Amino acid sequence: MADLPFRVLPRLDDENRFFWTAGERGELRFLRCQACGYYLHPPLPRCPECGSREVAPEAVSGLGEVYSVTVNHHSWDGGREPYAIAIVGFPEQADLRMTSNVIGCPPEQVCIGMAVQVTFEAHDDVFFPLFTPVAASG
Amino acid sequence: MISGIGQSAVGRRLGRGGLDLTIDASLAAVADAGITLAEVDGLATYPGGGMGGPGFAGPGSPEVQEALRLKLNWHSGGIEGAAQMAAVHNAVLAVGAGLARHVLVYRTVTESSEQGTGGRQGIGMGGLGMGGGGKAPKMGGSFQWNIPFRAYSAANWLALNAQRHFHEFGTTPEQMAMIAINARRNAGLNPQAVYRDPMTLDDYFASRMITTPFHLFDCDAPVDGSTALVVSAVGHAPNVDHPVARVDAIGSALRGRPSWDQYDDLTTMAARDAGAHLWTRTDLTPADVDVAELYDGFSFLAMTWLEALGFCGKGESGPFIEGGERIALAGELPLNTHGGQLSAGRLHGFGFIHEAVLQLRGEAGARQVPGKTVEVAVVANGGGPIAGAMLLTREA
Repeated sequence: MADLPFRVLPRLDDENRFFWTAGERGELRFLRCQACGYYLHPPLPRCPECGSREVAPEAVSGLGEVYSVTVNHHSWDGGREPYAIAIVGFPEQADLRMTSNVIGCPPEQVCIGMAVQVTFEAHDDVFFPLFTPVAASG
Repeated sequence: MISGIGQSAVGRRLGRGGLDLTIDASLAAVADAGITLAEVDGLATYPGGGMGGPGFAGPGSPEVQEALRLKLNWHSGGIEGAAQMAAVHNAVLAVGAGLARHVLVYRTVTESSEQGTGGRQGIGMGGLGMGGGGKAPKMGGSFQWNIPFRAYSAANWLALNAQRHFHEFGTTPEQMAMIAINARRNAGLNPQAVYRDPMTLDDYFASRMITTPFHLFDCDAPVDGSTALVVSAVGHAPNVDHPVARVDAIGSALRGRPSWDQYDDLTTMAARDAGAHLWTRTDLTPADVDVAELYDGFSFLAMTWLEALGFCGKGESGPFIEGGERIALAGELPLNTHGGQLSAGRLHGFGFIHEAVLQLRGEAGARQVPGKTVEVAVVANGGGPIAGAMLLTREA
């Protein structure tokens, strides 16, 4: 994939590797409590809902909805602007959400409530979960 | 109680060291408190030495202790707590516990000189050599959940809060602009403020977009400067030749998840918790407040504090500040009377405390709230998951 934007890479470790590498299989994965079903993000060693330590990565559908979005114009990293930074919420659980980018459409068209789905941008062994509008992604 | 205050020169690229500025502010505060350095037995600062990007931290408490040769019974510096004013909260607790009688508290920044002409860096990006072709180190910890998505700055993270607020409550850019315009109007009366030229709504909208909905003039101005204060035992009040600021209540609660994007209600963030907590610890009410000095690192934050402190209902800060009359110097709730961080400069929380004390003492000069004695002032620091508040009262 040519012309990748500059990105600061996450430092992979035993706690976060499942998240940052799951895109190789086309999956968006979060930790999930195996006792009560609660999704934990960011990852934690213990379920804060039920106290169980039985937590394991599970794939979600990859479908989501833009909960909030800002279009960044300022040059922080020398890359291309403008771009859309969004908080994406997931139907699997009311408080499951993450910060990401919405790509695949002009950033000013990204709006709260927009249906999006995950796509991945690979930088070496890290697969960034990004999102594209559902309608535009075919 | 806050018995004394002091401030160094404040400006853009003063070219002076942080310790040098801190000494100026500290000596002024100690003298103002009616004590000598030999009587200072406590020292507290935010955020402590070595924290954050260039120019963010100021000198650590050991450096200041060494420079002033203080003999201390209690000392503390740290970045975790109820926002920048956590250092003041800690000092109040130390005095209340009898560990110290006079605590010197300071906050120093040299962000303007350190950033030079290179522009502002994102949080967590200090020293990464961004844009210089250097290879950035990999990001661990909580920053891995936003910075790899090119959300480098609190400007981005808080813009997401503002956008959600605009969406849920119909808040408008014209309403938010009043925070910046009001600050500039007050800064015109403050000789220490860095931006004093009048600003119109057109000027505001002409400033470049940083990250929607924040224009440049929604973002505070990095400066060099040091603010210091002395927290003393209440018994010291009669020894001081001016009114003092009694700490009536502290709001330090944090009940939501301590995260920029995981906090339950993006439209309120942690200000909700600290604001509500404040009013549980006093007999005073929002109607008693004569002046409000509310953190405006970004203009939107002052709006969240107006709501969190109960000056208006949740989601109603837009209509509350519309037109700007209510929050003007002669309005029903004078706001950020020194010009806030937006126009007086990013003294990072402590500028608001300094101004509240001046207003309570009736020493704010041309910008003194007219037509009444300021008896009660509320001060708030922080944004996002970081929030602290204090209620100060005049004790003559």
